[in-house]
Amino acid sequence: MIALLIRDLKLAIRAGGGFGLGLAFFLIVCTLVPFSVGPRSQLLSSIAPGILWLGALLACLLSLDRIFALDYEDGSLDLLATAPLPMEGVVSIKALTHWLTTGLPLVVAAPALGILLNLPAEGYLWLFLSLFLGTPALSVIGTFGAALTVGLKRGGLLLSILVLPLYVPTLIFGAELARRGTQGMDVQTPLLMLTGITFATFALLPFASSAVIRINLR
Amino acid sequence: MAMKVENLAVARGGVLVLEGINFQLDKGQSLILRGPNGSGKTTLLRTLANLQHSTDGDVICDPDSIAYASHSDGLKQMLTVRENLEFWASVFASGNIDKAIDAFFLEPLLSRMAGALSAGQKRRLGLARLLVTDRPIWILDEPTVSLDTHAVARFGDTIKAHLDDGGSALIATHIDLGIAASILDVAPFKAKPKRLPTLDEAFL
Repeated sequence: MIALLIRDLKLAIRAGGGFGLGLAFFLIVCTLVPFSVGPRSQLLSSIAPGILWLGALLACLLSLDRIFALDYEDGSLDLLATAPLPMEGVVSIKALTHWLTTGLPLVVAAPALGILLNLPAEGYLWLFLSLFLGTPALSVIGTFGAALTVGLKRGGLLLSILVLPLYVPTLIFGAELARRGTQGMDVQTPLLMLTGITFATFALLPFASSAVIRINLR
Repeated sequence: MAMKVENLAVARGGVLVLEGINFQLDKGQSLILRGPNGSGKTTLLRTLANLQHSTDGDVICDPDSIAYASHSDGLKQMLTVRENLEFWASVFASGNIDKAIDAFFLEPLLSRMAGALSAGQKRRLGLARLLVTDRPIWILDEPTVSLDTHAVARFGDTIKAHLDDGGSALIATHIDLGIAASILDVAPFKAKPKRLPTLDEAFL
């Protein structure tokens, strides 16, 4: 399992691996928003948590179809399915790799982009925390979507349509946590809900993803 | 006995392709599958490798004893030959890649990217993976595609050595590998054309 993680991380940072793609997209989206909204710093700072969350979510979506598609195309998914690794473990490692190469860079970069969007000073901690707790769920849910569409030509479009509705709870509570934290309100409810959703996806979705992969390989 | 197949029926795309297959594979024995294109050799091998379900019959075999090699080699283009082999060695917890490197003379290629190899070299690397799996039953689907005659001979020797060690092999191929093997022609097991009820139809 560790070998799979190391292999996928290596592949991600080598040519064509797509590392940093999501981050670059996030950067561009967050730079474009002030241009489209115009020079109204008051408005910007009130929509900043939501924009940052939406940007992170779309950036996550961008690299989802690569999670299984490449392994499926070169036949290594078949070989992994016959290897002595549990498929649940394989999909969990795939989700972890996706988070490490896409989600984690977004979490780290988001506070810096908060400056561009005039995020109030007290918001940085909450933005960081909400993304840190929420983006793993985005990767795990996205892995499930990628498992559903593995083997389909042009599955990426279908994948987006399948996955975006599943992202709604995480988006609502993640953005709410960042917004309430920024405005100095009570954050307990969104914090607990966001964490709960993330852990629930960890507990349930690997089983669903692995079952779906096995069906798709037939 | 390494593997026993009783009255097996396999389907592809909801259509039954082979039925009533019986054979037994003993330790140290190899079995060559023959049959025209589209006769169901790959489907049979995928079923035996546990990648899909049979529609009828039994396969008596420990699934953890099977090493499967398909048409595609499962290589990562952006990893070196050594990294590719080491990855599979650690997945199968076998550790030793030297034997595989020697058997398929991969030594001069070790630091090359797998994507930069020729088709025959890729195939050799894909077959070398079998040796690092350390598993007794090899299920091989057209293993000699794009190999030159010299490499085919070396591959035949590798299989012989594997059989002498008490392993066994089930190979779909059209060429002579130079090994003593029984031959199973799948053509007589061709199923009568019949669509199977699929899961989807239950909802339609």
